[in-house]
Amino acid sequence: MKILLCFCLCLPLTLFAAENDYLLVLQDHRFQPSELVVPAGQKIKLSIENRDATPEEFESYELNREKVVAGKSTITIFVGPLSPGRYPFFGEFNERTARGALIAK
Amino acid sequence: MFATAIIVFREVFEAALLIGIIAAATQRVPGRNRWLAAGVAAGLAGSALVAASTSAIAEMASGLGQEIFNASVLGFAVLMLAWHNIWMASHSATLAANASAVGSAIRDGRRECSVLFIVVGLAVLREGSETVLFLYGVFTAGDGSALSMLSGGLIGAAIGVATGYAVYAGLLSIPLRWLFAATGALVLLLAAGMASQAARFLIQADLLPSLVSPLWDASALLSQRSVVGTLLHSLVGYEDRPAGMQLLFYLAAITTIGLGMKWAGKNKEIR
Repeated sequence: MKILLCFCLCLPLTLFAAENDYLLVLQDHRFQPSELVVPAGQKIKLSIENRDATPEEFESYELNREKVVAGKSTITIFVGPLSPGRYPFFGEFNERTARGALIAK
Repeated sequence: MFATAIIVFREVFEAALLIGIIAAATQRVPGRNRWLAAGVAAGLAGSALVAASTSAIAEMASGLGQEIFNASVLGFAVLMLAWHNIWMASHSATLAANASAVGSAIRDGRRECSVLFIVVGLAVLREGSETVLFLYGVFTAGDGSALSMLSGGLIGAAIGVATGYAVYAGLLSIPLRWLFAATGALVLLLAAGMASQAARFLIQADLLPSLVSPLWDASALLSQRSVVGTLLHSLVGYEDRPAGMQLLFYLAAITTIGLGMKWAGKNKEIR
C-alpha cells in the first residue's frame, strides 16, 4: 500500500521533470562521443542515432539497459538518476569497436 | 567467429533452457512433442517477422514501441507459465500415475498443449528476433568475415540447443515424483525472472518509476557477465544491479503463482 502510494505520488514528478536530453551517434560501429558527461542525480533522456546501415544493440550492465537500434534510425532510452561515477556501455553486435561510457558528475 | 558464437549461444541458450524445462515437465502430456515443435517453428517465423519490422516497432508509441513490445511478450509469457504451473500442480499426481487415458486429463491436456505452444513460441520469438537481427547485420556488412561469423553463429546455436537438451536429459533422470516438484520450482523462478525483466523495460521507457536504482550492486560479488551470473540470469532472473521495481515484480509473480499452485494442488482431489 505504501509503495502504491509512493508510486502515485512519484508519477507526476516523473511526468513534469525537466528534460535532460543527450545524444549519442553511432557511425562505423563507434559511439560519438565515446565519453558523455551527464549530471548525477537526475533522470536523463538518452537518444542514440545509428547512422550505420546495420542494426546495433545498445547494452550496459552498469546502467542495466539494453535496446536494439535499427540501421539508419534513432531510439530513446531513459537512465538514472545516477550516482556519480563511470558507466560503460557497448554495442553488442560490434563489441570490439562500439564502446563508450557515461560519466555522471 | 568466437564472438559471434557467444552472442548467438547466449540468445539460443535462454530459449533452449526454457524449452528443456517445459519439455521435461510435460513428458507425460499426450501429444506434447508436436506442440513443442510447432511452437519452435512459429517462434522462428515470428522472429524473422519481428526482426524485419524492428524500425516500425521501435517507432510506435513515440519511440517506446520496443520496450512496450518486449514487456508485453514477457508479460504474456509470465501469464502462460503461471497457467502451465497451476495446471501441472493440479494434474501432476494423475500424470505421475500414468493415468493419461483418463478422459478429463486428455481434454485438459489439449488446452495445456496450446499453452505449451504459446510459451515456447514466445520464448523463441524473444530470443530469436535479436539473433536474426544480429546475423542480418553480419550478413549485410559484406566484409570477408561474413562466412566465418555465420559459421560462428551456427556453432553457437548448436551449443545452445545441446545445452538445452542436456538440461532436459538431466531433469528426466530425476524420479517422476520429484521431477514435477523440481520443474514446478524452476518454471516459477523463470516466470518471476521474466516479470522482473518486463519491469526493467517499462522503467527504461519511463512508464514505471524505478524505485531506488540500483537497489543493490552485487557486481563485485557475482557479475552478471560471468558464466555463473549469465546462467543464473537465464534461470532465476539474477541481476547484479536490479531496480526496486524489478524486485517488486519478481516477488509479486512468485507470490501470486505460488499461491495459485498451492490452491490447485489442494483442490485436485475434488476435481
